[in-house]
Amino acid sequence: MTRIAAWRIAIGLTALAGWQAAVAAGLLDPFFVSRPSAIAMRIGSWVRSGALWGHLAVTLEEAFLGLVVGAVLGIGLGFILARHPFAARVCDPYITMLNAVPRVVLAPLFLLWFGLGIWSKVALAVTLVFFVMFFNTYQGVRDVDRVLVDNARMLGASERQLVRHVLVPSALTWIFSSLHTSLGFAMVGAVVGEYLGATRGLGYVIAQAEGTFDTTGVFAGMTVLAAFVVIASAGVSRLERWLLRWKA
Amino acid sequence: MNALELAGVTRRFDAPDGRSYPALEDVSFAVAAGSFLAIVGPSGCGKSTLLNVVAGLLAPSAGRVVVFGEPLRGVNHRATYMFQQDALLPWKDVRQNVALGLTFAGVGWREARARADAWLERVGLSAFARHFPAQLSGGMRKRVAMAQNWVIDRDLLLMDEPFGALDVHTRQRMETELLTLWEGSGDGRKTVVFVTHDLEEAIALADEVIVLAAGPASHVVARHRVDLERPRNLLDLRTDPAFVDLVRSVWKDLRQEVVKSQQRA
Repeated sequence: MTRIAAWRIAIGLTALAGWQAAVAAGLLDPFFVSRPSAIAMRIGSWVRSGALWGHLAVTLEEAFLGLVVGAVLGIGLGFILARHPFAARVCDPYITMLNAVPRVVLAPLFLLWFGLGIWSKVALAVTLVFFVMFFNTYQGVRDVDRVLVDNARMLGASERQLVRHVLVPSALTWIFSSLHTSLGFAMVGAVVGEYLGATRGLGYVIAQAEGTFDTTGVFAGMTVLAAFVVIASAGVSRLERWLLRWKA
Repeated sequence: MNALELAGVTRRFDAPDGRSYPALEDVSFAVAAGSFLAIVGPSGCGKSTLLNVVAGLLAPSAGRVVVFGEPLRGVNHRATYMFQQDALLPWKDVRQNVALGLTFAGVGWREARARADAWLERVGLSAFARHFPAQLSGGMRKRVAMAQNWVIDRDLLLMDEPFGALDVHTRQRMETELLTLWEGSGDGRKTVVFVTHDLEEAIALADEVIVLAAGPASHVVARHRVDLERPRNLLDLRTDPAFVDLVRSVWKDLRQEVVKSQQRA
């Protein structure tokens, strides 16, 4: 574990140092790519002035709501269709069709429907999270060991007990592996939504910076975003390790 | 009183080419309550299909299954089923697994836990109550499955080559434990239907052995009574002349079916 951490830090520092050195040596123009020291200072000044927290809170709120709503809908529909093969076959082309819609195209529509506030961003995050959760849950439930289901039925399980004691835990492995992806997608949905039309949030900050060719601001926004996804993902991993502790 | 009656049970499966494949054709037999029946037959003769029909997991295409006088509809709730594969829930610990049937029946956790622990003690796994199935050996997992089945105290025990995946010695230990539990339950003995491809295991355990024909369209070709004294000592039984005679005479019937199934394959 410590060896892995050492390598991770080494790779990160090397990349940053290389970037900084390349700019200092005049190989890269800081107007286009900024430089790590300037980005760090920008983040520092955001933190000191307190300007960052309000924007970050909005983005995290949108991403969180998008994740929760998308997960509930995706897992719910995944379960229903996995248990009703007929309905699954009927719905199949519609799901493929909806999943093929480029989300960026939806953003202006959502702005129109849900306004400039957080809900248009939540909606965009939901459209991204939903499909990941849906496909994984569907697969996870259908993947359940037949013998476990038969045994539970012989031991007297009702349909509800079957879902609770057998199908949900069985699908959990799949759902968790998709949760890591979904987390990133929820952030992407929120930020892209803000980017295309908002008055607050990290995406708004990035869009503002881009409008003035302030690459340092753009990179600083992306860095904050990435850092929070890494932290949240580590949280999911811990939860996953505890919930899936039965796996030897 | 018969625990189980099968009359003209037929089960067909639809093959991918659209034709119908008969797994069982006109299977009829009865099992007296409290007796131990073994079913043997060559591989692929539909033994598991037959057990699934009796369990109510598969509906027969034709014919009737009667359980303790009542026609079977849906899952057979007078029976438990021990599968060849592991059927313990990997995400529940040993105690929760044993208590599973009680949980499903709505028994409170305090009582379910006490009853599960009593059974864990009987199968010698008290120290492993908080372990997960993946942390146990194959033999231990079978003992947990046995406790899981016995704790809910059903009248009919269906077993589909339950010890087939174990090594020879563990297997013999499990057979002995099964017999000890079953023979030790006195007048309240459960009815057992035990499917195996191992003839010696069948005769060592059962009161009666049924031989199924090679598939497709398997049916009953012979029934043999096993009048060996109980309680039986499995370690000495294999060399008992009466046992050896029985193996020889049942093997005559089984051998024909095994040859047929090999020719068809």
